[in-house]
Amino acid sequence: MGAGQIAYDIAHLIGATVLMAGLQMLYQRRLFAVINTFVFQALALAAAAAWQAHVQDAPHLYVTAGVALVFKAMIVPFALHWLVEKLAIQRTVETALPIGWTMISGVGLVALSILLVLPVTANAAALTRESLALAMSVVLLGLLMMITRRNAVTQVIGFMALENGLILAAVSARGMPLVVEISVAFSVLVAMTLFGIFFFRIRERFDTLDLADLETYRGDRT
Amino acid sequence: MSALLLQLGQILLVLALAPLLTGWVRLVKARVQGRIGPSPFQPYRDLRRLMLKEPLVGDSTSWLFRAAPYVTFSAVWLAACLVPTFAVGLPLAPAADLIALVALLAVARVWTALAGLDSGTAFGGLGASREMLIASLAEPAMLMATFSLSLVSGTTQPERIIAFVLSGGVGIEVSLGLALAALVMVAVAECGRIPIDNPATHLELTMVHEAMLLEYSGRHLALMELAGMVRLTLFLALIGGVFAPWGIAPAEAGPLSLLIGFGAFLAKSFALASALAVFETAIAKMRVFRYADFLGGALLLGLLATIFLYVSEAV
Amino acid sequence: MIDRLPALPAADSPLAWVLALPLASAAVLALWRDGRGAAWANVLSTIATFVAALALLVAPPPPSRLFFVDSFNLYLVVLTAFVGMTTAWFSAAYLARGGEPAKLAPHHLRFYHAMFQAFLFTMLVALTANNTGVMWVAVEAATLTTVLMVSLYRTPEAIEAAWKYFILCSVGIGLALFGTILVYLAAQPVLGDGANAMAWTELMPRAAAFQPDLLNLAFVFVLVGYGTKVGLAPLHAWLPDAHAEGPTPISAVLSGLLLNVALYALLRFKMLISANGATLAPGPLLVLMGLSSLFVSGFMLYRRGDVKRLFAYSSIEHMGVIVFAFGIGGPLANFAALLHMAMHALTKSAVFFAVGLITQTAGTKRIADIRGLTVSHPALGWGLVVAVLTIAGMPPMGVFVSEFLMLGAAFARHPLLAVPLALGLLLAFGALLLRLQSLAFGPPSLAPGGNGPRGVTLLALLPMGLHLVLVLVAGVALPAVLAAWLRGIAEMLG
Repeated sequence: MGAGQIAYDIAHLIGATVLMAGLQMLYQRRLFAVINTFVFQALALAAAAAWQAHVQDAPHLYVTAGVALVFKAMIVPFALHWLVEKLAIQRTVETALPIGWTMISGVGLVALSILLVLPVTANAAALTRESLALAMSVVLLGLLMMITRRNAVTQVIGFMALENGLILAAVSARGMPLVVEISVAFSVLVAMTLFGIFFFRIRERFDTLDLADLETYRGDRT
Repeated sequence: MSALLLQLGQILLVLALAPLLTGWVRLVKARVQGRIGPSPFQPYRDLRRLMLKEPLVGDSTSWLFRAAPYVTFSAVWLAACLVPTFAVGLPLAPAADLIALVALLAVARVWTALAGLDSGTAFGGLGASREMLIASLAEPAMLMATFSLSLVSGTTQPERIIAFVLSGGVGIEVSLGLALAALVMVAVAECGRIPIDNPATHLELTMVHEAMLLEYSGRHLALMELAGMVRLTLFLALIGGVFAPWGIAPAEAGPLSLLIGFGAFLAKSFALASALAVFETAIAKMRVFRYADFLGGALLLGLLATIFLYVSEAV
Repeated sequence: MIDRLPALPAADSPLAWVLALPLASAAVLALWRDGRGAAWANVLSTIATFVAALALLVAPPPPSRLFFVDSFNLYLVVLTAFVGMTTAWFSAAYLARGGEPAKLAPHHLRFYHAMFQAFLFTMLVALTANNTGVMWVAVEAATLTTVLMVSLYRTPEAIEAAWKYFILCSVGIGLALFGTILVYLAAQPVLGDGANAMAWTELMPRAAAFQPDLLNLAFVFVLVGYGTKVGLAPLHAWLPDAHAEGPTPISAVLSGLLLNVALYALLRFKMLISANGATLAPGPLLVLMGLSSLFVSGFMLYRRGDVKRLFAYSSIEHMGVIVFAFGIGGPLANFAALLHMAMHALTKSAVFFAVGLITQTAGTKRIADIRGLTVSHPALGWGLVVAVLTIAGMPPMGVFVSEFLMLGAAFARHPLLAVPLALGLLLAFGALLLRLQSLAFGPPSLAPGGNGPRGVTLLALLPMGLHLVLVLVAGVALPAVLAAWLRGIAEMLG
């Protein structure tokens, strides 16, 4: 067990922390708890990026870590807190599926992604394989969160969690150019601004952020 | 010969240390909450007081009620003896097995619940039913965590697991981290700590363990309380020993290693006890219908630990 | 190796102009005060972009690290620039007529024009990108620029449509990024780290050496991801609402151009997969999704009550047909599908031009409320008739030619598949004809020549006319040069 092994283990531990945060987000029943868990996931993501920067000897990944830290762990949760308070959004999480079943589906998705990714990446480095499996799990968990939550804020957080998984995958792939990463981060920021504007517009139209109410306005009834 | 003495020493140590650890938890909790708090030796005084009192037994109870404290205490004490504390390679070690540990704890729990039912009071039944709910969820979770530990090290004996971890056969393994998280959640549930149960309350809404003990007095109560304290020590020793085994004295060790092992054990136990106290203060007790989520989460963490083991082995 | 090339094309090459012009115009239009002037400045800018695209035809530059031009994306670049130009022209005329859209506040108009140019820019970047990551960013940016425009009118339906569009397409794009990363991982052992493993010019020749399983997994993600943006069923839920709720010029470019760009991305990955012999054949997957889009939209067409939504479903149907043809594969089917991409872009935008003028005149989007257009507004009515017949696949227009070729290719390669294709096309044909009947013929519901805003001017009708003429020419006498060019691209697609 040399230095490579330790690097490998720490990377996986941090990746598993990101995954655990994703599962923890599915478990929460209060909106602020979900936002805080998202902050934790973003911090773990920043740690993962920083560690990869160290292990791969790729300084540009430190920028990615910083971007994840500032955007996702600070600006986005702050904006979400502000929106929740400003729009007086209901603080409990409304679910389309009971939390127990959501957790079980979550673990099922983790198992699925591991089963999918590992045989397929037989030739890649061990570090990349497990990180990729973890990243795919996080992406699928974010997707699950978007599907099983009825409130627009939690859907947005699910989407952010999905992007966290994508960034985890991007930093695990050695040598991926910074162009992609900064652009991904930039898109998140723009997306966040749009989300905020949407919240205001939805609120001013519907007095609620429950998307089940939004459905009654489906123009496609005809 | 000396091994036998050491084993005896461990058996007595666990018993002697238990009240001190509980007292330490209460002290840290009080300090964190801004109070001065009782002396950490207070539980000893409480136990002595209780031992000297005459136990009162209700008319409606049977022999079960009178036998339960002894059975419970013996089971928990025996379980605690199986967990390596400051040294490995002791005579009882080959009989030690994590699954046997789970079984012994189950025995203790079932007897306590039966005693609660036996007294025929409402609180007893309430406590027993809640306790069984927790048990039905916590036991599979603990077994799941045990499975992943065993899969990693290839054995269910705590001593061999410790030897495996010490030998460097495993690095900072993700599965171990997950198993640790699961085990901590289960430990909180088994020891009746916040957020599952509040050991300091006698309110109907919040009692689980205390409800079953409500009818006991005198030496019966002392034995039950001591059993609870030993249970806490057991879990602290287990978690500290398996996941941070450094400092533990190897088999056939000299006095210096033994001293180091003893010191390490004390340090770990007190550190974990302090962490528990802070954790209990920071978190609120959860409502009964959320137990399933919490312990289900522990079970899923254990399951994930096993899944991740498959990952590492495939990789 | 790609690293030795410059990052951007040379400043004097047409490609730089094609990309820089929309970007600069977006910045300028964001600050332009005068609403009417902005509309015509918009038109001028798109004309300049089109000219640059034509220059690109004549003098294609060598590939750079981030951008490259080959016959496939050049074809789409010229098409995009052209349709962008005519749509800008239509948009100016549409806004000049007054009515609902002109009631937008001035800053909304500024925003609208700036976003229009930004949207064109992102599409052109996506088409000419040499880096899979840059292509992905451009497609995501295209989504983002259009999302706010879809909700411009701020009605509850518009907001719902924009939200659905945003969420579903962003999720799709996220999955597509995952697929992109997987492709990078597959290419890494062969091409090394860095931009080299993300450049199309490097990936295509060496695709056979990549690991097949990883490419399979990547393609699944890419298909789901970019397929969402193409509007393939069952991922099409966002499309009818998004295309129906925005201002009509936006509907026209969304239907006509953005779907093509997303399809282009999908096809590039398909080319990558096909070049590697050991991967799963992408054909059956594409055929399946194409047929499901065709049938889902075909049935939905019968029950639509909103005229723009009707044609949005028609877009899903046509994209399904195109994807089906690309799934069939082979030179003839590919040729037909490529031709259909252009025909659909031209015809669908013409349809939307007509529909835009109609809804502006009638003040409503409901089909039941609009009748007898050929009587009340002859030019517009007959224009609509021709446009809808074209999109439904009536000979001798170009759409019929490409659909006919597709049927032929299907019969040649997999006769059994030609049957559902024919059925689906007939299904859609019937629905469109039914709706056209009620819209264009019968006693008129509108006062002749001027219910609502000013009468329909020639200027407003010209773009539609131009598009239909081009489609007619393509159908009757496709220039040999164009045919040869398309055949070359078809070979490339495999």
